[in-house]
Amino acid sequence: MGEQATEIREFVIENFLFGDDTGLTDTTSFRDEGIVDSTGVLELVAFLETQFSISVEGSEYVPDNLDSIEKIAAFVARKQG
Amino acid sequence: MLLHEFLINSAKRSPEHVAVVVGDRRLTYGEVDAQSSAMASALVDAGLRTGDRVAVFLDNRPETVVTFFAVLKAGGAFLPINPTTRERKLCHLLAHSESSFVVTDRRRANLVLKSEASLPDLRGIIGVGGTPELPERWMSLTFEDLAAGAANGNLPGIIDVDLAALIYTSGSTGHPKGVMHTHASLVSAFTSITTYLENTPDDVILSVLPLAFVYGLGQVFTGFRVGATVVLENSMMYPAEVLEHAVQEGATGIPFVPTIAALLLQQDLDAFDLSKLRYMTNAGAALPEAHLEALRERLPHVKLFNMYGQTECIRASYLEPEQAHTRARSVGRGIPNQEVYVVDEEGNRAAPGVPGELVVRGSQLMKGYWKMPEQTAEKLRVGDRPGSTVLMTGDLFTSDEEGYLYFVSRQDDIIKTRGEKVAPKEVEEVLYRLDPVAEAAVVGAPDPILGEVVKAVIVLKEGATLERRDVLRACTQELEDFMVPKIVEFRDSLPKTDSGKIRRNALGEEGEQT
Repeated sequence: MGEQATEIREFVIENFLFGDDTGLTDTTSFRDEGIVDSTGVLELVAFLETQFSISVEGSEYVPDNLDSIEKIAAFVARKQG
Repeated sequence: MLLHEFLINSAKRSPEHVAVVVGDRRLTYGEVDAQSSAMASALVDAGLRTGDRVAVFLDNRPETVVTFFAVLKAGGAFLPINPTTRERKLCHLLAHSESSFVVTDRRRANLVLKSEASLPDLRGIIGVGGTPELPERWMSLTFEDLAAGAANGNLPGIIDVDLAALIYTSGSTGHPKGVMHTHASLVSAFTSITTYLENTPDDVILSVLPLAFVYGLGQVFTGFRVGATVVLENSMMYPAEVLEHAVQEGATGIPFVPTIAALLLQQDLDAFDLSKLRYMTNAGAALPEAHLEALRERLPHVKLFNMYGQTECIRASYLEPEQAHTRARSVGRGIPNQEVYVVDEEGNRAAPGVPGELVVRGSQLMKGYWKMPEQTAEKLRVGDRPGSTVLMTGDLFTSDEEGYLYFVSRQDDIIKTRGEKVAPKEVEEVLYRLDPVAEAAVVGAPDPILGEVVKAVIVLKEGATLERRDVLRACTQELEDFMVPKIVEFRDSLPKTDSGKIRRNALGEEGEQT
């Protein structure tokens, strides 16, 4: 797992799971498992924007980009690419 | 008229018309009618008696809608429970309501099982997709079997003063109160709403609101009243996806709370063809004037209805869209067939401009709180018209010369976040169960997206330690999502009045966030 994925994982565990990472894999769907809600997505995007110096457009708020650690890491890599 | 006649009449008129859509699943009026009749017969066969409560602990899905109508046809009252409810509160709701059956899914059924010892009145679980293994004294029924059966003519005769729904709402004492609505009160409320929204069978109402919330529940019943199509979504996590569904389904009406409006406004609305959208409604909390203006500018063809209500009366007022630009801060005037007015401290009608409590008079009022006669007597009082009963809303308003209402403040400490009510006491009780906590106060802090956010201010016992994440983990385990604090602040002491009461209004804005 890349360094960015590790940082994303740590953020999710700290902010949405409050330290309890039981069952969280890189492909766990945040929506299906109820890990992140609509305001959580905003917090997540705010974190990505500051941490990785990217800018996320409204049209990029889609599950393909944001619904798991793996998808987020790939999205961030594309944005930085 | 009985509430389920909304469905029966629409199914008779157009059995092939699509009634409910969730994702790629669609049920016609004929299908909802047939499935709910079959399930109603099965419920009566399973021992459901007139007036028995059936808890519905499901997310927004077609089975939830079928269940509401099945319970009504069987003479029971449905009790919608927010799907994010945790074990302790779930147990309280089921025990307090003395529910006989719970309709839920397999995962949530396990949560019900944990409270087995506290639920002497529960007779069975109806599982969507089956149930886990249940104790012998509980019937184990599968939703799909019940809905696929046949109606057998065993349904009881009921009348419109019979209980139709028991809907729990947060109370300032920390104990949720079960609002009792009859067939008559709900038929009255939902009929009034469809009148001013001018709903027709051609409407396609798209709702992301939870069905456990009367504003969400109302979308199903107002839609079914006129034979419209109701599209249910489960979350606003990805607004673009919701808007895409609105385009695909040709949505004509979208109800929202201010939080949803804020999320929609972050989208490039021009990228979506919302030409069929006829109206949007706001309720649950006051819509900031800036949101109202922005929506009017970006969706000029859409009528915006700003509304006000509470579980106890479903809806009290609405602002006509044509007034939105001159009276943006107003929640309008009374809905059809009821009266709202402001009273002063002596209970007399207040003059325009004078703040006072808003009272509501009409046939849509609740019958009272389940097993809480004292709280009922405080809320439902004798009105100034001979023989009338009025609802005391607990909200302070002023009215202008023409009767338009303006919200001033609440009389209690209830926090409004994401359009839902949070009782500070309910959250504080969770905090006080944490051993290191000496004192805790929960207040609302202003937030641009959520209206207010839940803020916890905590004083620790001497020498004790506690981290923000520990606090949030405990809250997440016990509280519904919307009640979990967004801000946690640790302090050495809490501001108090001379009599030792915590000064809550001093806690909302100040202090540093951690």
